[in-house]
Amino acid sequence: MGKVVVVTSGKGGVGKTTSTAALGAAVAKTGKKVALVDFDVGLRNLDLIMGAERRVVFDLVNVIQGTAKLSQALIRDKRVETLFLLPASQTRDKDALTEEGVGEVIERLRSVFDYVFCDSPAGIERGAQLAMRFADEAVIVTNPEVSSVRDSDRIIGLLDARTMKAEQGEAIAKHVLVTRYDAARAARGEMLSINDVLEILSTPLLGIIPESQDVLRASNLGSPVTLADPANVAAKAYIDAARRLEGEDLPVVVPFERKGLLNRLLGRRAA
Amino acid sequence: MNILDLFKRRTSAPVARERLQLLLAYERQSRGQPDLVSILREEIMAVIAKHVQIDQDYLQVSMERGKTMSTLEIDIQIPNKSATPLALAG
Ligand SMILES: Nc1ncnc2c1ncn2[C@@H]1O[C@H](COP(=O)(O)OP(=O)(O)O)[C@@H](O)[C@H]1O
Ligand SMILES: [Mg+2]
Repeated sequence: MGKVVVVTSGKGGVGKTTSTAALGAAVAKTGKKVALVDFDVGLRNLDLIMGAERRVVFDLVNVIQGTAKLSQALIRDKRVETLFLLPASQTRDKDALTEEGVGEVIERLRSVFDYVFCDSPAGIERGAQLAMRFADEAVIVTNPEVSSVRDSDRIIGLLDARTMKAEQGEAIAKHVLVTRYDAARAARGEMLSINDVLEILSTPLLGIIPESQDVLRASNLGSPVTLADPANVAAKAYIDAARRLEGEDLPVVVPFERKGLLNRLLGRRAA
Repeated sequence: MNILDLFKRRTSAPVARERLQLLLAYERQSRGQPDLVSILREEIMAVIAKHVQIDQDYLQVSMERGKTMSTLEIDIQIPNKSATPLALAG
């Protein structure tokens, strides 16, 4: 039986879709069978980030409504054999997803794949709750700034209350993935530190992904950064995070920026 | 005062951290409970409606949180022409 991992955050634009693609591809490259499911109905984007937008014929809603078979809707990645995508639909009908339908699709995916990554829509409403509903584990994508951390805290509350696991009295495994980390700004004390974030959310750290132009570049090319440019710092951070997700005990290194001469003279301290 | 202090800017991260800690402590505690302000609003509205007719918009209820104490602010506007108590109105 495979593991179902929801990638969630509350806030939009923090890097959920980017992280779903990068983590999923990194795990699939190790030979594991991986399905990426886009839950962002109406605003699908995972297909674009994966470079599969021109191959979408059927989607999650079609499968749930019975107009397509699951096997017809799954798109196999052209680079990694064991990586598949189940796209979201473009329908504006937010109620197109039913809890029962989602549950069935997830159970079938779970029986075939080693990992099922669910890319959550932003918000804390129905769509986000459906994406997390059947998850065993959660990756909470957080940027080191106040509004993102606050939303992550609310999402953690939902994970502990509204998931199937929680309702059955089991704990859902939670990991914080800090993305868009800017070491220079952190050194100047302009950004919450990793310790601040972890202390406030009291949830273990899966990894720290630095802010990097190459992430954007990879998205432009339609390739997860872990496939497009595996030697890049952000890609390496994602690959390490994926290994931790698989249970490996790798220490997390906080990206470090040497202080400029001026800052050192003025004695500004990292906060 | 150290001359270098002039050049030092207070970093904002510690402020952010403190504000978040306060806010989240409150939000976690009230999670899952019905929103106090909207309950009060409804009940106050019901009490007023027994005596005067006012619009929903004329009643403002808000809660300002402090560290150890919170302030409940209730602002009720009563337009003069309908201010006549119902009991006295013809
Ligand atoms: N580590 C990073 N460095 C630079 N840009 C990033 C990074 N992670 C994400 N982004 C950019 O941030 C934007 C939002 O990312 P996305 O994954 O779509 O967020 P979400 O799915 O949470 O809404 C995109 O433009 C993406 O390229
Ligand atoms: Mg997204």
